[in-house]
Amino acid sequence: MSNPQSPPKKLTLKENYALLTRGLGWEPSYEAQDDIFPMVKFEGIKIHDWEKWEDPFRLTMDAYWKYQGEKERKLYAIIDAFQQNNGQFNVSDARYLQALKVFITGVTGLEYASHRGFNILGREFPGVGPRIAAQMQSIDELRHAQTQIHALSHYNKYFAGMSEFPHMFDRTWYLSIPKSFFEDAVTSGPFEFITAISFAFEYVLTNLVFMPWMSGAAYNGDMSTVSFGFSAQSDEARHMTLGIEVIKFLLEQDPANVPIVQGWIDKWFWRGYRLLTLLAAMMDYMLPKRVMAWKEAWEIYFEQNGGALFADLARYGIRMPKYWEVTVKEKSHVSHQLWCIFYQFRHAAGFPVWLPSEEEMTWLSAQYPDTFDKYYRPRYEHWRELERQGKPFVNATLPQLCQTCQWPLLFTEPDDPTQICYRETTYRGDKFHFCSDGCKDIFCDAPEKYVHAHLPVHQIYQGTYFNAGVNPGAPDFNPLVEALKYMGINPGVDGGDFATHVDAINWTRWTNKPANMHEPGAQGLGAAPKDKVG
Amino acid sequence: MSTNQQPVFIALQANNDTLPIIEAIQSDNPLAVVHEYPAMVKIDAPGRLVIKRTSIEERIGRAFDLREIQINLISLSGELDETEDEITLQWRDIP
Repeated sequence: MSNPQSPPKKLTLKENYALLTRGLGWEPSYEAQDDIFPMVKFEGIKIHDWEKWEDPFRLTMDAYWKYQGEKERKLYAIIDAFQQNNGQFNVSDARYLQALKVFITGVTGLEYASHRGFNILGREFPGVGPRIAAQMQSIDELRHAQTQIHALSHYNKYFAGMSEFPHMFDRTWYLSIPKSFFEDAVTSGPFEFITAISFAFEYVLTNLVFMPWMSGAAYNGDMSTVSFGFSAQSDEARHMTLGIEVIKFLLEQDPANVPIVQGWIDKWFWRGYRLLTLLAAMMDYMLPKRVMAWKEAWEIYFEQNGGALFADLARYGIRMPKYWEVTVKEKSHVSHQLWCIFYQFRHAAGFPVWLPSEEEMTWLSAQYPDTFDKYYRPRYEHWRELERQGKPFVNATLPQLCQTCQWPLLFTEPDDPTQICYRETTYRGDKFHFCSDGCKDIFCDAPEKYVHAHLPVHQIYQGTYFNAGVNPGAPDFNPLVEALKYMGINPGVDGGDFATHVDAINWTRWTNKPANMHEPGAQGLGAAPKDKVG
Repeated sequence: MSTNQQPVFIALQANNDTLPIIEAIQSDNPLAVVHEYPAMVKIDAPGRLVIKRTSIEERIGRAFDLREIQINLISLSGELDETEDEITLQWRDIP
């Protein structure tokens, strides 16, 4: 039977996307628009025409499910092969595994928080285009959390310190930094959230997480992690285009939006940059085989790439984020400064810590010719000598935390690397402390928000960081040991010195390879001061 | 065409699917510089980078939907525009 009609013309990408996103929204008849979308005005952002929003990829639902399905099949084929071939024993050495602990406890929770945040946006934006983009991103972020948990669950069968990751994300002192970052974003308005996450974090900063670091995971033999990393990043590329579209859309809709958006760029660039200090230490210290130093990555992905972006945005009156010059001054310092903190507080970390080997210090001094030998090598050599003498240094005093970013006050003055940077302000009679001018400014712009910050050290001193049933009046009560238990850290087991850690010992037992490829035979040396724990 | 020469880039997973795509990009963008990293290829270009469907199809000998690039895409920089025939990354003219 012949069909008298010619087959329907295939729609172009543009037509397809237009049909998905135009004219599909409901025009309310018996409810006021402002009652349906109550969050969209209070930030002061003015939107005149939501139809101007366009996803440059013009992704439609059929294509979304098709390609996401293919990504998943590809990822799980690799994860299966990795598990079937005991891939967990083929990574460079057992120090690399410690970076995975930071990832599962510190990053995966962000993916889930992001899923929640974009779900909220999918409800709160009146425009159809951004609602669909937010819904897709919400599903993406949930996929990232799930695939990360799934891939790393295999490591959890063999190695310590991963099983309590959601609990640790909520309570561990150094994980309050990523947690508070996202909770700050999700408790702001919808436009601030999308500027913070889609633009400042995804477009300007996440390349650093997923490009040099994931490439480093591949270089260290971890095909499982690199696969979930790159699979996630293929979604991030779409999120980044959304991020730049968000900014252009907001800036083009009304000139009154420009100063508001600039304020958010300033704030969230600094918040994101401080958060990435964790990544700086992971790149420079936790990859036994290294691909790129933090400094070089910052130059490529922020100074060069971000520079091109802000040159483009200058047409709207947008300038580089406030304090970007400070990040350039700090790029040769932050990874070393954080690793020194982890070393001093290794008894309170969820992973064991080590001093860089001679070979690694040679690499660090080549990557950081102006700073490493001058400021950091002597410190490591001193600590190494104390270990040799059997009296390793441990810092038993709880650190002062920054009220905004929640890092210990570990950063130095931008122009004096020998002086810790302290800032403070007084609000309603209470003093608040900060690690930098950037963090202090953020507090001073919204003090009512940040006075509520839940700071682990303060909570310990206030006596709220203990498990139920613990009796602080008991004669053998040890507040630091009890606080660690509350954080999900098993005192004397999860943290401490790498050389005597259960992962290092099991690694050599199971693989006959050194747990530290640069210091074969080091297991058992530099014994952890177990009696000093807590 | 924009005269803005600020760098744009695209990064792809290094695998058998992307070899012909990278070749096509190199041939269509003489100024592009290909950097190889473990598991990843990053292609930088001054101002503009274009990925053409027909150039990829010539190399793989079958029809190619540019959206397939999503599967192997790692990251990008610049303003993106996608049609059936081309993906373009570029910066607009500085006013």
